Amino acid sequence: MAYTPQMRELIKKVEATRPSRANNPFPRKTPEERQEVLKNHHPDYIEAGFREIKVGVSKGDRAPQEMADLIEAPSRLEGVDVDISEFAYDVDVLVVGAGGAGTSAALEAHEQGAKVLLATKLRLGDANTVMAQGGIQAADKPNDSPAQHYLDVMGGGGFTNVPELVKTLVNDAPLVIGWLEKLGCMFDKQEDGTMVTIHGGGTSRKRMHAARDYTGAEIMRTLRDEFVNRQIEAIEFSPVIELLLDEEGKVGGAVLYNLETERYFAVRAKTVILATGGSGRLHFQGFPTTNHYGATADGVIMGYHAGAKLAFMDTIQYHPTGAAYPPQLLGLLVTEKVRGLGAQPLNINGEQFTFHLETRDVESAAIIQECQKGMGIKTPSGIDAVWLDAPLIDYEQGEGTIDRQLPAMVRQFQRFGIDIRKDPIVIYPTLHYQNGGLLIDENGRSNVENLYVAGENSGGMHGRNRLMGNSLLDILVFGRRAGRHAAQVSKETEIKGKLNLDHIKDYSKQLEDAGIKTENTAPLVLPRYCEKTAETS
Amino acid sequence: MQEENMVNVYIMGKQYSVPEALTIMDAMEYAGYYLKRGCGCRAGFCGACATVYRLGDGHELYVGLACQTKVEPEMYLAQIPFYPARKALYNLEDIKPSVADFAVLYPEIYKCLGCNSCTKVCPQDINVMQYISYLQRGDFSRAADESFDCLMCGLCTSRCPANIVQYQAALLSRRLHARYLVSPAPHLHQRIGEIEEGKWDGEIEKLVKAETSELKEMYNQREIEK
Repeated sequence: MAYTPQMRELIKKVEATRPSRANNPFPRKTPEERQEVLKNHHPDYIEAGFREIKVGVSKGDRAPQEMADLIEAPSRLEGVDVDISEFAYDVDVLVVGAGGAGTSAALEAHEQGAKVLLATKLRLGDANTVMAQGGIQAADKPNDSPAQHYLDVMGGGGFTNVPELVKTLVNDAPLVIGWLEKLGCMFDKQEDGTMVTIHGGGTSRKRMHAARDYTGAEIMRTLRDEFVNRQIEAIEFSPVIELLLDEEGKVGGAVLYNLETERYFAVRAKTVILATGGSGRLHFQGFPTTNHYGATADGVIMGYHAGAKLAFMDTIQYHPTGAAYPPQLLGLLVTEKVRGLGAQPLNINGEQFTFHLETRDVESAAIIQECQKGMGIKTPSGIDAVWLDAPLIDYEQGEGTIDRQLPAMVRQFQRFGIDIRKDPIVIYPTLHYQNGGLLIDENGRSNVENLYVAGENSGGMHGRNRLMGNSLLDILVFGRRAGRHAAQVSKETEIKGKLNLDHIKDYSKQLEDAGIKTENTAPLVLPRYCEKTAETS
Repeated sequence: MQEENMVNVYIMGKQYSVPEALTIMDAMEYAGYYLKRGCGCRAGFCGACATVYRLGDGHELYVGLACQTKVEPEMYLAQIPFYPARKALYNLEDIKPSVADFAVLYPEIYKCLGCNSCTKVCPQDINVMQYISYLQRGDFSRAADESFDCLMCGLCTSRCPANIVQYQAALLSRRLHARYLVSPAPHLHQRIGEIEEGKWDGEIEKLVKAETSELKEMYNQREIEK
């Protein structure tokens, strides 16, 4: 699947303009230009992609159609006979999900002396965390400060973020890096231990810490190793399907499903932490996604069934640089680190049309706009796209830079006959991240008592647009805080009376009252790609 | 759109006709498999989909990640969804980057037969046998560097006649290297101290209380590091 002769012809134009583009910065957009390109070209502004939610505690909020389809569906457990009088486990803290947020929550709760059970849909560590390549932000350099980081986060989120959550995020950031350093996480460092840090889109200081371009994978394997060392109880291939409430309406456990035996079982827990990740596998507006197979919004759904409020559910992050060619890599992430190192997006004439490090929403909208103008390139499978001039990195910074800084990217494209050290990459925005989720406070608490949420299924800290490197950060900041707080609360918690699933019956009643009829049930648990034959990468 | 050319593949012995442009993973779903095990990130980072295959009448076995390998005509394939390998348990704070400590946790690394099967089977092209030899002589930093791109898919372990769990040993070497063999970041610990003393609280509190219009002004005027 190397480049076709037609594409090779177009690459000549990229090469021809490279010397004049090198070390010659393209102007940033003004605030007015940023607003204009968002309004006219960002998928969040396509009205038909969204609708108002008709039921539940956040009734009237907007959500993507595909998310609303699941929110406005009865529980998967409706009509299923589940024995909730016996418990397979009885614990202080049940953590749902084993990515960065869930694993750090479990570690911290265990550290506090709580009895912890971690349940996950796939394997330990199967999550978007391992796919986060570029880095993690923390203001730990002398020319930087948590306040400077705060300003960048607020600006990136369009000043809509919940201030208290942003404050927590930026203040805890260096603490999280210190924690990881002590756990033996292999950050890129200079001889004297100084962290190598670079820019991300929308940062005013170079505060992106990385472990080559395997940052999330390196963090995840370190946390997972520590988790196993501590001998914390875990069950894999056992998604949580619904929460159980006690007689006072507080969370007191959950119903789980063994994917292999196809049996349901109940767990009693004084506190529950939802850390199930995002929703890219719902393919909003038909976009391909960078997300993990399990990113199906399960936590949002079961939390919402139990009465937890949503925040910013109508804002989705499209990563500006998704692979558009070869077809086997369609929609997969080309890390922002490629732009962080200087690669520029270019049109069919090899001309740059936007500053290469705008925030993700603005950069994506600018790429979509260029293609709508007819200035994109068409891939052999008919997809509109633009170039990302990766070879410019070695051109500007010397041969070997790409090899050192982007080994995962080099390997991924090499498998399909493309050498990103020599040739530009073909990219188009791809569905990447759910900016919103269940609303939390600075300790990861939802509005439902004893229910915590951490990671991508929570919302508030990023407002309407997250910056690169703040997701690896938020999962650890709020994962650890939720774990610590839940462990402390569980010491003083008593589960009142019998646990029940009355809330899902109430929910079905609300659907009926709203006149909603649907074949869907929720949560989805895994996408059913086996039922269609389209490309799904 | 291009014409779809079909190829025959054999998934665990059964024949299916699938479009030739698909990856092994997409081909399995095209054939109707509802994947539970053997599918993770779908992007080559998680190691869930290690796959062994051969082609036509050939006896040679090949390996690849199902999400990162295109189907080929007459491909006979099977996934390795789980492998019962051992991970040593330890407290990183109680061990040192020494040959003695490492040998207690992973004694089997000294049983390496030098067959190089691990290196040949690695879908990440890591020189696995080389880092095992670094580990044998206690060169943890070189082992950490050589093994860095490991996805822990476990193919090396599945082929090792000495039952070495290479990927777990490699992980320990990386943790030892990062914890003990490189310096802590001085600026990081300076900043952690400042945060714990509350040095930045006032400045952040001012921003938390600021009007949006004020914040916008500050954001648009902020100086950007070159």
